[in-house]
Amino acid sequence: MADETTVAPGVARMREALKDVPHEPGAPKPDPILVADKVVRRFGGLTAVSVDHVEIPRGGITALIGPNGAGKTTFFNLLTGFDKPDEGDWTFNGKPLAGVPAHKVANQGMVRTFQLTKALSRLKVIDNMRLGGTGQRGEKFWQSLIPALWRGQEKEITERADDLLARFKLDAKREDFAGSLSGGQRKLLEMARALMVQPDMVMLDEPMAGVNPALTQSLLGHVKDLREDGMTVLFVEHDMDMVRDISDWVIVMAQGKVIAEGTPDTVMADPRVIDAYLGAHHDGTEHDPDVVAALEAEGETADE
Amino acid sequence: MNWDIIFGVSLESLFNTTMIAYALAAIGLNVHFGYTGLLNFGQSAFLGVAAYGLAMTVATFGAPFWLGIVIGLAGAVVLALLLGIPTLRLRADYLAIVTIAAAEIVRLLFRSVSLSEWTGGSDGLQSFSDDFYKLNPYSSPLKIGIVDFDPRELWVMTIGWALIGISLLIVFLAMRSPWGRVIKAIREDEDAVRSLGKNVVSYKMQSLILGGVLGSLGGFIFALSRAAVQPDTYGTEFTFYMYTIVILGGAARVFGPVVGSMIFWFLLAFINAVLPAAITQGYIPTWLMTPTQAGAVGYILVGAGLVLLLIYRPQGIFGDRKEVMLDGR
Repeated sequence: MADETTVAPGVARMREALKDVPHEPGAPKPDPILVADKVVRRFGGLTAVSVDHVEIPRGGITALIGPNGAGKTTFFNLLTGFDKPDEGDWTFNGKPLAGVPAHKVANQGMVRTFQLTKALSRLKVIDNMRLGGTGQRGEKFWQSLIPALWRGQEKEITERADDLLARFKLDAKREDFAGSLSGGQRKLLEMARALMVQPDMVMLDEPMAGVNPALTQSLLGHVKDLREDGMTVLFVEHDMDMVRDISDWVIVMAQGKVIAEGTPDTVMADPRVIDAYLGAHHDGTEHDPDVVAALEAEGETADE
Repeated sequence: MNWDIIFGVSLESLFNTTMIAYALAAIGLNVHFGYTGLLNFGQSAFLGVAAYGLAMTVATFGAPFWLGIVIGLAGAVVLALLLGIPTLRLRADYLAIVTIAAAEIVRLLFRSVSLSEWTGGSDGLQSFSDDFYKLNPYSSPLKIGIVDFDPRELWVMTIGWALIGISLLIVFLAMRSPWGRVIKAIREDEDAVRSLGKNVVSYKMQSLILGGVLGSLGGFIFALSRAAVQPDTYGTEFTFYMYTIVILGGAARVFGPVVGSMIFWFLLAFINAVLPAAITQGYIPTWLMTPTQAGAVGYILVGAGLVLLLIYRPQGIFGDRKEVMLDGR
């Protein structure tokens, strides 16, 4: 997709880093930020996730794809502390993270967004952003009663929030309630808010779900910018065109297991991947533009 | 009809001790329900624990008054921990179930026969407030036109209004701070707050304790103004009046609970004064209502008023309609 004459530095860096990595499940990466081993999550008799070994390369955009019910979101929830595994360990930046509660995971630099956007409706956009600031003195009860203790820090956080709002073109909405934003704007706000935490790694759960096509390009651009800033991105997505467009590496899950890994082009030509998708809504390679438009329109109305 | 008495009683209830006790209880409930979104249906238990903590310390064990206050406040904190630890990790509705049950348990414990040696059973306790009234600087009643307060009530009112002032200041300062921002964000979506690195359970516990302690101040005022505690005053209807007051004033508004309590008690006092008078004067025929039924009619009208309020002005007196309309989760 990205043509050879205008390759962004981040893309080139990741191509170089991943060029010797074998295209097979559980492949070791030169500098993984996240390493998961034997992660199992069962719901009653159903094994939703059973990931043997997987490594996420640092500084790149990794896509996690797979048919519905493959366990992608469950795996996401496990990694971010929103669900607890039955077995398994993983490390993030070299630190063990299994069984660590969600808020501590975020404080260690791994921040997630949600498939169903969680804008804090009755808070203003700017307050949504300020909430993302970490280590705020004013968030301690006794200190909160004395504004002099936190006013300076609040000003710093607000400046950072305003910069991010401008970057995500939400600055005009600064004083509006987040509940009055459109579905796509809420996705933008959620991503911007996650960046307020200053994470090393951003986990995006279906960032394009319910976003109208006009905003899709802008969202894609923001995700690519994260890579240029040196952040690691792991995202779950169904839209194959998007996956092909932005990801450096693709991990394919089916029935709770990692069945394939590789660059977008090799993965999509992989017979195991095509097999996994057969019987699903589409074959994972081509979209009929009319169907996509219809589905997106549906997603928009469902989102309202 | 004697309008002087009717309006005198109504005007007094804008400022009297009952209104103050409910206002303080509602300020605490507003922290729980209005700001944090915690469905606490057992706020009466916080008042009961504080009132009994004070009364039992002084009347049963003969300890000094100030120690009774300390134990009452500590009791509210302990109750918040007991309620919060098992339920705050669960979905919001579990807290509602547990708190309403806990409030009944607390009330039944206070009135149980086996504990009556300490709690006075269903008769409750008296003679714990002498030290408090010894400090009373007022010696003559306050008479302004048709309004009339005796010295004892004036003293409780002075302390009560001071406590309201302090409570509102704490709520105001806390809720405009980053701490309040986290609290309000939890009301909107706690998973989102968790994903941003905040310890949601800890914040909900802090809110439960803060609201419980503010409510317990209402328990002290309630017990001191009557110079007695009785278990059945701390029943569930106590909590439902507090909810009415919070919604009437406007949830998540600093002054909402105070104004809500003033309006609630003004209307109730007015109805309770005007209906019996109207019946005895023959304006309302006795086949419709007897003077003894008038009290119940007052509560029926309050209930009907709350229904109309929720339909036509769900944001209450101070609320922002735009904000309420956004609650489309």
